[in-house]
Amino acid sequence: MEAASVPASGPGAPRKTFWDFVSTYGLIAVLAAMPAYFAISDLLSDEDNLSRLGNNLVDGMSNGAIWALVAIGYTLVYGIVELINFAHGEVFMIGSFTTAAFFGFIGLTQDTSAVLLFFGLLLTLFVAMAASGMLNVMIERVGYRPLRGAPKLAPLITAVGFSFILQNVGLLWLGGSPEGIPDLIRAQKELIDIGGVSISNGDVLSIAVTIPLLLVMTQFITRSRLGKAMRATAQDPEAARLMGINVDTTISLTFLLGGILAGSAGLIYALYQTTIWYFQGFTAGLVAFTAAVMGGIGNLKGAVLGGFIIGFIQQLSDNRIAPEWTNAIVFVYLILIMVFKPSGLLGEQTRDAG
Amino acid sequence: MSAPADEPAAAAAPAPPGKTGMSRRSELPWWVEKILVPVVFLLFATMLPFFFDPGSAFISTCALALAYTVMALGLNIIVGFAGLLDLGFVAFYAIGAYTIGWLGSGFFSQVGNEEGWHIFVSGFAETQPGIHVNFLLVLVAALVFTTIAGMLIGLPTLRLRGDYIAIVTLAFGEIIGRAAVNGDELKLSGFPIVGGGLENVFGPDQTITAGRQGITPVDKVDLPGMDPFKSLEQRPWYWLALAMVAVVLFVNFRLRDSRLGRAWIALREDEVAAVSMGVPAVKTKLLAYGTGAAFGGFAGAYLGSKNNTVNGDQFQFFFSIFILGMVILGGLGSIWGTVLGAITLTFINFELLPRMSDWPSKVGLDFDVSEINFGIYGFLLVIMMIMRPQGLLPERRRKMELTEDAETTDDTLYTARA
Repeated sequence: MEAASVPASGPGAPRKTFWDFVSTYGLIAVLAAMPAYFAISDLLSDEDNLSRLGNNLVDGMSNGAIWALVAIGYTLVYGIVELINFAHGEVFMIGSFTTAAFFGFIGLTQDTSAVLLFFGLLLTLFVAMAASGMLNVMIERVGYRPLRGAPKLAPLITAVGFSFILQNVGLLWLGGSPEGIPDLIRAQKELIDIGGVSISNGDVLSIAVTIPLLLVMTQFITRSRLGKAMRATAQDPEAARLMGINVDTTISLTFLLGGILAGSAGLIYALYQTTIWYFQGFTAGLVAFTAAVMGGIGNLKGAVLGGFIIGFIQQLSDNRIAPEWTNAIVFVYLILIMVFKPSGLLGEQTRDAG
Repeated sequence: MSAPADEPAAAAAPAPPGKTGMSRRSELPWWVEKILVPVVFLLFATMLPFFFDPGSAFISTCALALAYTVMALGLNIIVGFAGLLDLGFVAFYAIGAYTIGWLGSGFFSQVGNEEGWHIFVSGFAETQPGIHVNFLLVLVAALVFTTIAGMLIGLPTLRLRGDYIAIVTLAFGEIIGRAAVNGDELKLSGFPIVGGGLENVFGPDQTITAGRQGITPVDKVDLPGMDPFKSLEQRPWYWLALAMVAVVLFVNFRLRDSRLGRAWIALREDEVAAVSMGVPAVKTKLLAYGTGAAFGGFAGAYLGSKNNTVNGDQFQFFFSIFILGMVILGGLGSIWGTVLGAITLTFINFELLPRMSDWPSKVGLDFDVSEINFGIYGFLLVIMMIMRPQGLLPERRRKMELTEDAETTDDTLYTARA
């Protein structure tokens, strides 16, 4: 609706102000509606405090951290090649599988001492990140690079193809039903209790992995030379090539970063949920892609924000409404956000939109 | 498009360069595409069932392929013509299928004092409880429902661009899929309409869908002047699907060359330019959604009757991708390409992959192929896309865009039909 928005900045200013008002406050109202409703109903009911809501929010944050890490992969790739990388969820799944296989291989159990466990898991994290990162780079090399310059939707289908192939790999690897893995960190064990809100080992793990990774990633993209090359390529690949940037390498690097984050998310998921199966990537991919779009696709901070918001919504819906309706509720939220703010929460103008 | 306009252009630039001349000669005359190919194709397709048993599984797969062709042609209008990436086409399949599930089965068993409502139905269905409406009327209802749904889904996407449209349509598809699976928890009596009016008509325990159990059995297609179809006799199913494809193909060609079709393509190519030339963006986009959805609903109602069940599990995201794959593999925007893509993917899925299971044992390997069906399917998608990124039969206009050294002479512009 570009044509409609151009004249609006001139004589039709009142209408524009109206829409600005609706997008800003409508959005806040939509986002706050669910937590506010449950907060009031908790306070009015016999529970009489907000600890249940607090617990929901903490759990939501841990799950949200996983979605945020996966969503960054979507958003980075979308920003640079404008492709919805449907295989990304499966890369995340392979990260989980690698985690489970590798800590079984180096012999970590629940009885391993804390120090050994820490270093063992750190090693596992690197292995999972490396596996997922390499896998993502390989997919790009085989499936997407030959299609550069082809119609925009062609790589979408190879992405779906790779997603099927990887699901099949997962199916052969661990079979068709969800597989329980050792609860190495005793994920549900309460670590601290703050005013009735319990924070478990799993919550600490997910935040302790996510925050540093996000900081490093942001620094890398905003400060380093390669990050600069990535941003330049995202803005205009042709001009970037003319400036001497190796566009192919930069794109590979983007996929590597996305894969690394997906791998780390896979590790958190495996340790936090302690069940893994070949189909987890599909759901995660859908949810994380939704998160990326919700925040404004192509925007890193947006992806993180979207991931956390979806984590909260899911947890509230799982705990308060009905788990089988969770996905539908997440998507209703997405549609509402798109109606109020068509470019996502922190949307930037991508090349396509600009 | 405009033969008279062609001549002055040719006269103004006599002896066009060799390349243009070549491409012109390789273009088939218009009547080959418009008359010869369809007639030969239809004749062959009509005769096909006579070479097989009446109850042959192959003819059943062919009928499926044709029904999917109808869907793919519908999606092609949305994605191929209007350029609106739709990842939630399954929503229209679901609505079409539930139309026949509701209006042609014993699902609403309490209506009419447990005797049912019967509208223009004959044979077995007439004696059963529930709502039973003639198939043609069901098709009309499916058309109305899906068109409305298509426009409703289209509304929030109007302010969006590019892949944001994709995710919103995906979201609608998922919501409808969830509602289909979990609909057996929702009771009609829970809706406070006209003071419990729904409860009086449908009974207190009537749910919206039958969830994963599925609404089954569904009435067989019952056309006026014919006996109702039987599940063991596949030929009528096939011919009906073929007739639907023929109608939809005709509508597709007429639409593509119409004012509306040209408006869709103009919007796809450059929205700003199209809008400033006076193309009404909102109306045009909504019509694209509505038309595409209507075809999806047609095929959905047919498939509900053919599969004899309307099951919540049928309406997964995978289905949208399956249909989108047909459109992209065939060649986005190309009508014959979409037909070819639909037939190819259906046969890979329902004939090739199941048949591969005994291949390893033939070469002496002990290995179960059915375990890697999914992977093979994915592998084939990747290979086909890498070999022919533009699709099996690309649209002529796109082919021109993709050729690097295409000369944009008046000549090529006139011959390029969308």
